[in-house]
Amino acid sequence: MDISILNNALAAAIGLDTVIYALAALGLNIQFGYAGLLNFGQAAFVAIGSYGIATIVSIAGLPFVVGILVGLAGSVVFALLLGIPTLRLRADYLAIATIAASEVVRLLARSNSLGAYTGGSNGLSGFAEGFYDLNPFPQGTYGFGPFAANERNTWILLVGWLLVALVALATWAIMRSPWGRVLKGIREDEDAVRALGKNVYAYKMQALVLGGLVGTLGGFVFSLGRAAVQPDNYATAFTFFTYTVLLLGGAARVLGPVVGAAIFWVVLSLTDGVLRGAIQEGWIPAALMSSSQVGQVRFMLVGLALMLLMIYRPQGIFGDRRELALDGR
Amino acid sequence: MRRAATALVALVLAVMAVVVGASAATAATETPTPAAAGQTTETTAASGSESGGLAITARVRTADGGDVEGASISVTQDGAQVATGTTDAQGSASLPVPAPGAYDVELDVDSLPESAQGLEPRSPTISTTVEEGRDRTVAFRLSEEGGGSSAGAGAGDQVLQRIATGLRFGLVIALGAIGLSLIFGTTGLTNFAHSELITLGALTTYFYTVIAGLPFLLAAAAGLVTCGVFGYLNDRVLWQPLRRRGTGLIAMMIVSIGLSLFLRYLYLYVFDGGVRTFPGYAGQGGVQVLPGVLLRPLDLWTMGLSVVVLVVVALALVKTRLGKATRAVADNPALASASGIDVDRVIRTVWVVGSALAGLSGVVLGLQQGISFQMGFQILLLVFAAVTLGGLGTAFGAVVGSLIVGLFVELSTLLIPSELQNLGALVILILILLVRPQGILGRAQRIG
Amino acid sequence: MAGDTHAPAAAGATQQTGQQGTRKEAATRALADVPRVPGAKKPDPVLVADGVVRRFGGLTAVSVDHVEIQRGAITALIGPNGAGKTTFFNLLTGFDRPDEGKWSFDGTDLARVPAHKVARRGMVRTFQLTKALSRLTVLQNMLLGASGQKGESLLRAAFAGIWRSQEKANTERAMELLGRFKLDKKADDFAGSLSGGQRKLLEMARALMSDPQVVMLDEPMAGVNPALTQSLLGHVKDLREQGMTVLFVEHDMDMVRDISDWVVVMAQGKVVAEGPPDSVMADPAVIEAYLGGHHDVSLADEAAAAELEKEIEAEVEAEIAQDDAKDGHAR
Repeated sequence: MDISILNNALAAAIGLDTVIYALAALGLNIQFGYAGLLNFGQAAFVAIGSYGIATIVSIAGLPFVVGILVGLAGSVVFALLLGIPTLRLRADYLAIATIAASEVVRLLARSNSLGAYTGGSNGLSGFAEGFYDLNPFPQGTYGFGPFAANERNTWILLVGWLLVALVALATWAIMRSPWGRVLKGIREDEDAVRALGKNVYAYKMQALVLGGLVGTLGGFVFSLGRAAVQPDNYATAFTFFTYTVLLLGGAARVLGPVVGAAIFWVVLSLTDGVLRGAIQEGWIPAALMSSSQVGQVRFMLVGLALMLLMIYRPQGIFGDRRELALDGR
Repeated sequence: MRRAATALVALVLAVMAVVVGASAATAATETPTPAAAGQTTETTAASGSESGGLAITARVRTADGGDVEGASISVTQDGAQVATGTTDAQGSASLPVPAPGAYDVELDVDSLPESAQGLEPRSPTISTTVEEGRDRTVAFRLSEEGGGSSAGAGAGDQVLQRIATGLRFGLVIALGAIGLSLIFGTTGLTNFAHSELITLGALTTYFYTVIAGLPFLLAAAAGLVTCGVFGYLNDRVLWQPLRRRGTGLIAMMIVSIGLSLFLRYLYLYVFDGGVRTFPGYAGQGGVQVLPGVLLRPLDLWTMGLSVVVLVVVALALVKTRLGKATRAVADNPALASASGIDVDRVIRTVWVVGSALAGLSGVVLGLQQGISFQMGFQILLLVFAAVTLGGLGTAFGAVVGSLIVGLFVELSTLLIPSELQNLGALVILILILLVRPQGILGRAQRIG
Repeated sequence: MAGDTHAPAAAGATQQTGQQGTRKEAATRALADVPRVPGAKKPDPVLVADGVVRRFGGLTAVSVDHVEIQRGAITALIGPNGAGKTTFFNLLTGFDRPDEGKWSFDGTDLARVPAHKVARRGMVRTFQLTKALSRLTVLQNMLLGASGQKGESLLRAAFAGIWRSQEKANTERAMELLGRFKLDKKADDFAGSLSGGQRKLLEMARALMSDPQVVMLDEPMAGVNPALTQSLLGHVKDLREQGMTVLFVEHDMDMVRDISDWVVVMAQGKVVAEGPPDSVMADPAVIEAYLGGHHDVSLADEAAAAELEKEIEAEVEAEIAQDDAKDGHAR
């Protein structure tokens, strides 16, 4: 047990994972938090962003900016493909369709048949240099204490947090508008909103596309930050984690996803560190838990957290009690 | 209560039949791992390797599922050798690696034992990436001429064979789908944790037979009872209180996702990431059922048993008072309650029976493909596809949908690579939602 | 829509032929010579339905040959449970699609027009189970009702300058309406915190935000305590006085006697009688429809239970089908 556990936890608060999940959850917040859309395919939107860059740069040999455009376009197309059949249906149908579609994307990405474009189950790497060539930071260490990072990490984190800030600002701006009001109305009862003359289908589609695009931004940060893509990173667990992040911070709050992501990764880093430390020190007998099982405990904790949050605090840990009292969802 | 008892007795009888069927299949064969068509690397979220560090597990087996012992495997990173090992009797070798990163895993083809002479992998080297906290498994599949599909059989025979395996798979899905559909019908819950009930059946059966040493049939029966009890507790401890609180359906669905995640990794924690098989059922050869159709006797028994169980359930739904009540609740819970039906009792029964059926589905699937912590989760979306196809909430629809999905998955491999077979079913799921969201047997409901 | 500014008074102007008097009298006069038969022609119909049929499986839930709704009057649509009233309502407002038939609103065809466009044309409805948007404030609920909002387009939403002045005007109008419905003190409360009756009022007030020509109320009195019922009835009459046409569904005959100018009776999906309240209630066909139906039979008794066991009886099927899929299960 030493100070590095705390350091790691603090670093996790602003780390790459936090940025990625904050963006994915900001997107999900538009869909689920504000519009009530059960998108269980957020992992696919993120994957489309990641593979957009990876494939365009390493397979097609084009600049990464093209990859970004392709990723965004792909994300819109995917949202339309998903939305057109399912947005007229009940909420749970959307959930099943999106989770299936997200698995389709992952299975395609890891298949041998498309291996020439996606690298199959091993994924792709070596496509991020174009991005790091733009790095204005000279070689060195930036930041202080637990937040110190080399010039590459500083660059990607700066870009990532800038994106988070921009998206949060944009979310705030549109959600206080009449457009945001319609969206919230749809979440509460779409028939009522339809009876008031709003084209519910169009609003839901806009929310799906918008949220997907934000998730895709997270995908860009994911692939550039790791400098590699690997299909199994975009499994359904990613989406479930994102839901936990969102519920942790509070759905339908502009900064909920950001706060949620930071808490999520700090807590995971802490439990990871503490458990590993305890195993090393022999406080937890090896028969009970080996250090490779720590990662599994992490998933169990997330599952438990998701259940408990949804049951006891669906409004998030900082949420308004008043809303809890009304919560029928 | 008498009716409930009757239903349970029927279930227990069904279980006994499974057991008899399984025991009759004496000669046994090793079953291939799920989805091991071609060379794949699978994330198995860390197995309990002794060192406590990260490891790559290499598995070597022949195309027909035989484990290959004594093959030399080496792991290199950037050309430098990191670890070497030799496969054990299960055809697997655990190769510790120092840190997360990209590695090349190479199979020394010359080291292959006599049993595998003349066979070769599609490629002797597999590149893989190990991530923090997650062990990796790479699989070398050996076949003649490096992993080509089993050429030779005529196209017509292929179709028949696929139909047979499709039915086999469809029946497994059907056993899982009935519970899911009835739970949805009676409570409105889209239960993502249903896959963990499927896995639970296989895991507990494995536990009872391997660890506790019970005969397989008894172990399977005990496994199903465990599943039923677990289903009962599920409803009693979690879902019934939530219903009473008036928790919304979407909230309950998300709770079920959390439960699914928790249980799945609890299974992994307890059971580790390997694929195991029920002892005594390895090496059973196929027999010619029809010209061109090879099935193991074990498969025939389990298929027969599945059909019997499904028929018993169908009869119970149509003939017994409890079955009728169940359908009434599925149609309109409020009305059923107003007409004197004890809705909570019906729901509890559905949970118990549905969970036991899911457990049976897991046992049968385990006999076919081996047992792993995520075996249920791997077929969950297909079960959803089946239930949706048949019409959410209808038991008969679920069975029909399951058979169609099973057949579709198997037959699609005639046209697309088998690694993509599940993908086809998922695409169909989405298309069904587009064309006929109420399913084949579902009632047209006002939508949008 | 902001464009077609039918001020409430304009809609009723057609039958105000110079005579003084309340619109109730005007409506009564206009309907005085209409024959009391199903499908009777009205002097100035705003809504005309022809051959509208809706089947659920084998059951015909609605089969209306011809019905006209008089402009500027309060028309009640009554009938026993399962008569198809709500289904008919859903069809007219685009919330459900008929198997056959056509209907027109103010002379324009409405068949196959989606629900939100029906509302935009000036025919706004409420629901049997109130749909107050719980986690929006009362004021936000009201603002949602306003039509033609610039800020409801995603492209303009981020630029508050574009929609701020319109929002201000809408807020003023909303507060004025809330004042009329005595909800102004609740403006900043969550709608979910209102009582059942207040939600009904809010839903009605919200519907008025778009200046509709026709207001369609699905059981506005259901689940409201008796004290509020009178106030609600007063508000419904008020709508007519402002020149709006009101069509409302009710299954309690006594409730409609006081306020409606005209009553349309449905039973088993068909219109079985029409006329002013008093004549309709004396009509043997109506009494037969009510007594012949089993709306008063307690579902708890043996007969109903037995019926249930013989598969799903037809009426139940209609009820289920009418329910929104979401509400159909375990809500």
